[in-house]
Amino acid sequence: MTAVNEQLLPVVTEVIAGLKHKPGALLPILHEIQNRLGYIPPDAVPVIAESLNQSRADIHGVISFYHQFRTTAPGKHTVEVCRAEACQAMGARQLEAHAKATLGVDYHGTTGDKNVTLEEVYCLGNCACSPSIRIDDEIVGRVTPEKFDQLINELRSQTLEVL
Amino acid sequence: MSNSVTTIYIPRDTTALAMGADRLATEIAAEAANRGESVEIIRNGSRGLFWLEPLVEVETTSGRIAYGPVENRDIDSLFDQAFLSGETTHPLCQGLTEEIPYLKKQQRLTFARAGITDPVSLEDYQQLDGFNGLKKALQMDGQSIVDEVKTSGLRGRGGAAFPTGIKWQTVLDAKSAEARSGKQDQKYIVCNADEGDSGTFADRMVMEADPYMLIEGMTIAGLAVGADQGYIYLRSEYPVAHQILNEAIAKAEAAGFLGDNLLNSGKTFHLEVRLGAKAYICGEETSLLESLEGKRGMVRSKPPLPALVGLFGQPTIVNNVLSLAAIPYILSQGGQAYANYGMGRSLGTLPFQLAGNIKRGGLIELAFGVTLRELLEEYGGGTFSGQPMRAVQVGGPLCAYLPESQWDTPMEYESFQAIGAGLGHGGIVVFDNSVDMSEQARFSMEFCVAESCGKCTPCRIGSTRGVEVIDRIRNDENRAANMELLDDLCETMIDGSLCAMGGMTPFPVQSAVKYFPEDFNQPKQAAKGSARS
Repeated sequence: MTAVNEQLLPVVTEVIAGLKHKPGALLPILHEIQNRLGYIPPDAVPVIAESLNQSRADIHGVISFYHQFRTTAPGKHTVEVCRAEACQAMGARQLEAHAKATLGVDYHGTTGDKNVTLEEVYCLGNCACSPSIRIDDEIVGRVTPEKFDQLINELRSQTLEVL
Repeated sequence: MSNSVTTIYIPRDTTALAMGADRLATEIAAEAANRGESVEIIRNGSRGLFWLEPLVEVETTSGRIAYGPVENRDIDSLFDQAFLSGETTHPLCQGLTEEIPYLKKQQRLTFARAGITDPVSLEDYQQLDGFNGLKKALQMDGQSIVDEVKTSGLRGRGGAAFPTGIKWQTVLDAKSAEARSGKQDQKYIVCNADEGDSGTFADRMVMEADPYMLIEGMTIAGLAVGADQGYIYLRSEYPVAHQILNEAIAKAEAAGFLGDNLLNSGKTFHLEVRLGAKAYICGEETSLLESLEGKRGMVRSKPPLPALVGLFGQPTIVNNVLSLAAIPYILSQGGQAYANYGMGRSLGTLPFQLAGNIKRGGLIELAFGVTLRELLEEYGGGTFSGQPMRAVQVGGPLCAYLPESQWDTPMEYESFQAIGAGLGHGGIVVFDNSVDMSEQARFSMEFCVAESCGKCTPCRIGSTRGVEVIDRIRNDENRAANMELLDDLCETMIDGSLCAMGGMTPFPVQSAVKYFPEDFNQPKQAAKGSARS
């Protein structure tokens, strides 16, 4: 086990202890681990399995079924581009091509500076003001390629301020 | 400078926020302070006039006056033109909100409070008829509540349109294994808030604009069938709804509208929000139940029905947000009052949702029977791009694309079924003439590849083969043979899949082939050219 994961595991056990009493606790546990750590470390799987009295295969199966759960660390920000029909009707295909080109990554990829992870999403429920993207927990509508660049630049300058 | 406090409404709805409402509220407050004006800013829900968002409303003696869409650069001129004193000279002024034709012509039963109230204010909710349905239900026995729902004619608003009253009756009559052996009988109310269809946002608007209505509807359902625990299965793509629901549930619990002793009646109902994790299939009810149980969202075979063997094996009502949201009105005004709207076997109202390439997108609640064309033209006002409309997908990604020849169809379940289409959850996605329908057909298959749960082979493998076949058609390889193969594949998926994912993915594909054959008849660059001409 690596040193990094040794630091993460106390978080995992704390989350499990707080939620395992709930009926159908696995999804709430996975969500909370990912909220706290940004991803679900592979070393968490046997710990979760043991506390819920399930097999490691069961836990792995659930993690891999849902698009949201990830097993590697994401970038500082996650940018999701909507690919669904209402956004397609307003230029989402061009927007996703632009996003990939601008960030230099494909879906599920993270930029070299570890600032942005690009993800796809099927509908953010903002279908009357398409096309839409989500940056972390904020949804943005009527996103043109220019607006996309401006939003990404804001993310980059935020990071610089922190540095 | 005015001495009195002026009330300003700026929505906290997702679309309003996506168009800049938070920053706008901050700047308006700052500018008011600068100018020495006293204002109170209330973060209401959205009225659903999304093309006007952020829609700012100012309370005046004659009613609320609307301005929209307001951007930060408009703030100075709004103040300069005395918008706080009810002056209507500003170019963004829409007049009295209630008089805007798009809103005035609607028949709002479920969305009667949307945008008027602060969504988490219990006082606002109760001032506008809130919890009257619950109070009545607390005086009734379970069977009388179910009978009222049957009288309303309400059919499941998630898309399947199954009579809600009959589903409730089944759960009311169900005896779980425990009950048969004399132990405590556990039943559940599950709200399907996994609103994954593109072009739909009515569930989101209920949860963000009027969450107590959903809480009240679920509590009434619990009283009707004897369930003391409810879950809202909410898609994780809705962070704002998540926040608002949790605020509302906490306040309702604290005030005795939820919990162990509902309004001192001795009855119990607990409610919890559970988040999905980006899986479209979990909007299918059995897959949703698996997910709530902490498993992969694999579709279950039916029978047994979830009404008999549902969540954790217990009798369970699984209803869409809109079905449950219609319940407080039905209980408070009576089932017959609801049934007086609509036509044929489609009774009550449906919130239609205009989306995609449309000039005036938003939520339009009307009785069943309005034609699609009325919605597209009178309400929608044509395309956003200004180009001619070419195709309209009604009912979500598993429903047909309709050509103009079908736009005069009345929006009700049976008429849509008769033309091989569906109303689904009431979403309407508009495309202009730049759309390439073979590309849309390909996407339908591609979406199924990404979202199939994998249980049925025709859905899991067929969708991948579907993408390949459509690619060959688009590349002009063996066109005639591949068109035939696509047709055969669609039939196999329809007949060989357990649920609507595999069973309906072919519908948009087949409709694209049938009504827009020119997009499949020539190599794709040429097809696009002809579509524009």
